[in-house]
Amino acid sequence: MNFPVVKGASYALIHAPHMVIHQGTTQTSERRKNPESEHLKKLPEHLRSFEDVVKYPPNQTYIGNILPAELKEIPRPWYENPIQDAKREGKYGEIMPEDEFLGLIKAVDSFELVLLEENFQAAVKEKLLAHPVVGDLKELAKLDKNPAKLEDIQKLVDGHLAEPMYFEGKLVGCVKKAHEFDQALTEHVMFENLVSKASAVFSLKLLFAKTDLKPEDVDYIIECSEEACGDMNQRGGGNFAKAIGEVCGCINATGSDTRSFCAGPAHALVEAAALTQAGIYKNVVVVAGGSTAKLGMNSRDHVAKGMPALEDVIGGFAVHISENDGVSPVIRTDIVGRHKIGSGASPQAVMQAIVTDPLDHAGVKLSEIDCFSVEMQNPEITVPAGAGDVPTANYKMIAALGVKRGDFEKSQLNNVVEKIGMPGFAPTQGHIPSGVPFIGFARDLILEGKLNNAMIIGKGSLFLGRLTNLFDGVSFVMEKNSGKVEEAGFDKEEVRKMVAEAMRNFASALKVD
Amino acid sequence: MDLENQARIKELAEKYGNEDLIVVLGGAEAEASGLAAETVSQGDPTFAGPLAGVSLGLKPYHIFELKDQVDESVYEDQVSMMEMVLDMDAIIEEVKKYR
Repeated sequence: MNFPVVKGASYALIHAPHMVIHQGTTQTSERRKNPESEHLKKLPEHLRSFEDVVKYPPNQTYIGNILPAELKEIPRPWYENPIQDAKREGKYGEIMPEDEFLGLIKAVDSFELVLLEENFQAAVKEKLLAHPVVGDLKELAKLDKNPAKLEDIQKLVDGHLAEPMYFEGKLVGCVKKAHEFDQALTEHVMFENLVSKASAVFSLKLLFAKTDLKPEDVDYIIECSEEACGDMNQRGGGNFAKAIGEVCGCINATGSDTRSFCAGPAHALVEAAALTQAGIYKNVVVVAGGSTAKLGMNSRDHVAKGMPALEDVIGGFAVHISENDGVSPVIRTDIVGRHKIGSGASPQAVMQAIVTDPLDHAGVKLSEIDCFSVEMQNPEITVPAGAGDVPTANYKMIAALGVKRGDFEKSQLNNVVEKIGMPGFAPTQGHIPSGVPFIGFARDLILEGKLNNAMIIGKGSLFLGRLTNLFDGVSFVMEKNSGKVEEAGFDKEEVRKMVAEAMRNFASALKVD
Repeated sequence: MDLENQARIKELAEKYGNEDLIVVLGGAEAEASGLAAETVSQGDPTFAGPLAGVSLGLKPYHIFELKDQVDESVYEDQVSMMEMVLDMDAIIEEVKKYR
């Protein structure tokens, strides 16, 4: 079978401390209920500088500069053990500061909803034009247009007509509402969607910068963030994918949006694999920008425990799936796990549906999978908030399921966890940690012969949408490429055998006659 | 504890009283389970939800403590794997404090 391949992956982080304060839902909810709260007063003291964010070991892992195995060797807490010579540029991506990102939001805005204060706009334009990855965007020309006066921005924000944007503690811009009263086009919704679009554009531009893929060669884009764009008549109408592709110059691509909470990216990657294997499209990109709502989600616990508020970055990623090149790791489309509607919601049922059922179906043993990329949330963020070490809990569940099935001895449980696992290093941006952060590493480690395969797992909590209590989960296996590429349509060897057999039959028939 | 769950538990406690009503927790971690136990017994310690300052006096149990009360095959299917995964002793010790 000609499996599709993973040709490349990119990863973006955007430092957004002011958005933690002004747009993170923990803070906006608190401000609504208790504007004088201690948390809101103390939070600013717990926000990190851009330099601290760049030096933070899990962030350096996310952009590909250190391996998860290397992160594991760095003593915890990681925020007290920075990587001193760390750079914002990474092997697979980059960490962008907030001012440049605000400029990028204006650049990707198609409806003149974003206003930036004139001096801020001029300064950030220079930075973006010099940026090696986004500096060539023709949309940066928008940073020459409509410079705003601070008092005009202030008036719009005070009148609840625009969502404010801050830098270095000062108001520097805003996103206006896109309709007089449409709840799907409020200033807040437009701000969230433009942040998602801009961070996805950055991620896709990074993919083009870090790999050989050219924008014009992309046939299809699947966007899989957790936002929804539309108006009051079709609230989630879409289409982020084409909006992102348009900015990035993907003139030959179309696309659509796929959603399933945190499992969205895993669904999108399986869809991308199917589309390329079927020959419908040659090059499919799966992309997602990040979320402002989740910034500082657990900051109440971080602040109470005297830690930095570590959820200060927006995440993004892009993955290129293409037809088999005989080199890149394949996606084994015959080993796709899915949590079925009838699977049940207990942890055991979920793990069985997405981990062992697909392996059993393909005749692959649990012990034959070298590595599992699960929900890769950074434990330093989740443990202080009482949510535990999410990746480790997942590895224990996989190992415990193996024990129950007889794949491993109970005494081996901790060794198995050690062998198949790695520390979490992704920001808690929902869809961002779910399986995808390891794809870049998995591709390189498989190409280097250090891994034979890896299972990528996405899980999602559908109950949050209040339409179903069902859980969700999807998995697939990346594997070393055999190097054999079958020609489309027919197998030459098979045809040769069939012709030989027909000739033999014909000869026998002649003999009988 | 989730604010909506707090509201639902408050409503049930008001309807049925706290004598014949217990709360069964499925928390994966000792501290979080303890917080949930405290919320339904003494009130929401984070003062964020409907149980802030409301002491329902409900008795909380973790499902691990109720193994003998549950059909063996159901427990086997739904919970047994997690006995190997979670720190049972720490969770039970924490939840017990609030009974």
